[in-house]
Amino acid sequence: MTTPSTMSLAVARVRDRRRATGFARRTADRLGVVGCIAATILLVIALAAAFAPLVAPYDPDYPDLLASLSGPSPAHLLGTDALGRDILSRLIWGSRITLAGPGLVIVIATVVGTLLALLAAWRGGRTDTAVAWVLDILFAVPGIVFALIAVAIWGPSLATVVGGLAIAYVPYVARVVRGASLRERRMPYVSAAWLQGQSGTGITFTQILPNVQPIVVAQAVSSLGFAVIELAAVSFLGLGVQPPTADLGLMVKSGFDSVLRGHPAEAIAAGTLIVLIVWCVTVIGDRLTSSARSMR
Amino acid sequence: MSLAPYLLRRLGGLLLVLLVTSFIVFGLLYLAPGSPLAFILGPRGGTPEQIAAVTEQYHLDDPFLLRYVAWLGDLLRGDLGYSIVYRQDVSALISSRVGTTLALVSMAAIIIALVGIAAGTFAALRGGWGDQLTSTLAAVGLSTPSFVVGVALISVFAVGLGWFPTFGSGTGGVDTLYHLVLPAVALSVASAAYLARITRAAVLEEGGREHVQTATARGLAPGHIVRHHVLRNSLIPIVTVLGLTIATLIAGAVVVENVFALDGLGSLLVRAILQRDFAVVQAVILVLVVAFVVVNAIVDVLYTFIDPRITLGSRQ
Repeated sequence: MTTPSTMSLAVARVRDRRRATGFARRTADRLGVVGCIAATILLVIALAAAFAPLVAPYDPDYPDLLASLSGPSPAHLLGTDALGRDILSRLIWGSRITLAGPGLVIVIATVVGTLLALLAAWRGGRTDTAVAWVLDILFAVPGIVFALIAVAIWGPSLATVVGGLAIAYVPYVARVVRGASLRERRMPYVSAAWLQGQSGTGITFTQILPNVQPIVVAQAVSSLGFAVIELAAVSFLGLGVQPPTADLGLMVKSGFDSVLRGHPAEAIAAGTLIVLIVWCVTVIGDRLTSSARSMR
Repeated sequence: MSLAPYLLRRLGGLLLVLLVTSFIVFGLLYLAPGSPLAFILGPRGGTPEQIAAVTEQYHLDDPFLLRYVAWLGDLLRGDLGYSIVYRQDVSALISSRVGTTLALVSMAAIIIALVGIAAGTFAALRGGWGDQLTSTLAAVGLSTPSFVVGVALISVFAVGLGWFPTFGSGTGGVDTLYHLVLPAVALSVASAAYLARITRAAVLEEGGREHVQTATARGLAPGHIVRHHVLRNSLIPIVTVLGLTIATLIAGAVVVENVFALDGLGSLLVRAILQRDFAVVQAVILVLVVAFVVVNAIVDVLYTFIDPRITLGSRQ
């Protein structure tokens, strides 16, 4: 009696592996060569950030005041900042917040925006008008101003800025997803599911959502690039992440003070890493967007 | 639809959005933790006179909706409140700083229009390595935050070469324009890159049209064809994007002004947030949002004038 079950297990596992390679292949096809390079770079940065305690050569907060503002050397590959902290270690630790903060912004905005859009598309009529109206009002405020408003009320911190930016990105996600879901809603397969007696919620989540999913993902990744820039900008202004926490926006800020004294290493390193991260995210977002469009 | 009712309807919609956003800006005070009075006076506390002044300014003795109406009335009369930190009317603070921001945004807009359209047209017409180079530069430009560009510009052109001043907005006139060069470049990099992309796509699309083939077959000079047949028709997407870009520059200026320590609205806003000067925060945010909404509305209306094929008031 055990033979068939192990057999089916083995079959299931083979099928699983096949699906995995299929998924990898499909993702690679969607990303193209440049997209794959960008994804690899981003993955390396993300892994280094995730395993920062293992990867970083020094404690990011340990000030070696005797070695402050030293140039690149075998001991400190990228040199040290004004307080003598190792720049490479701070870059690795700083990437954590620079990736996780905007990531959280986009996750919140995508979930809220997608739910709003699906609701508007399915219910139509007054609900749709009301949602469209709320989105219009949200569009009337530039993204970074949401973050500044949140900081003005609840004080400077990472959580406040993330909250403010999350609201700012909801309309961008919702507008794209609403358009796509309205198109899907008119498809024959939706009427077929309705005739089979599936509920509105059921159709929305089992039929429409899987079909608009590539668009949701593409929009989320494209927005992530902007979120990285805006969160870093708010931290640069001194209204987001607070020192001594390592953050790339803050590092450009503190590196800026060293620039004026003729030591550009920290600002160059942190600025370059931000540009690299945003470039990777934007390239991946562009590829996903064009492949989601070509699926239409 | 004819023109007058269309403009009236647009104006009505604009006023409605302004009304709602002004209500939200007004309501910010009541989202804050603690009582409005304690929030405005902050940890500094307040003398009985200050408490009376704040109560009077925000009409705190009235019911909630009446407070909004009274606040809006003050606003329309040009009374934006009183700054606790500067001990000055907020409207005076803003009017002394709005010029710098306006000059910065205008200068950036000119740079964006010139560089963006030129680079995009060059990439589309030149093709080959010119296209590759421009597209790569545009991709990097789009990924670079304005404050990183600002720090890099200061590092190279102000500290390194000494061609430009590091900080401040100068003493007025030509000196101010000279001080604004680096900030305007920093503000315009990402948008110019974006406009170059849009221009490139528009010129490529237009260049493949039949009327361009006809013009080429008729033996018109290539320069003439580019200027009168290709660019002219590509203007619609270009102008739209340019207009929307200018609206976003208003918010982008907040960051750039702080990098270069310019005395504009953005630096006023950030300092006011850090000093918990709520009247200033509220007023500057209101000014930024109103400017953003109004510029967007103007672009929307202009758009229908540029392209006669767009029917007035169609929503697409």
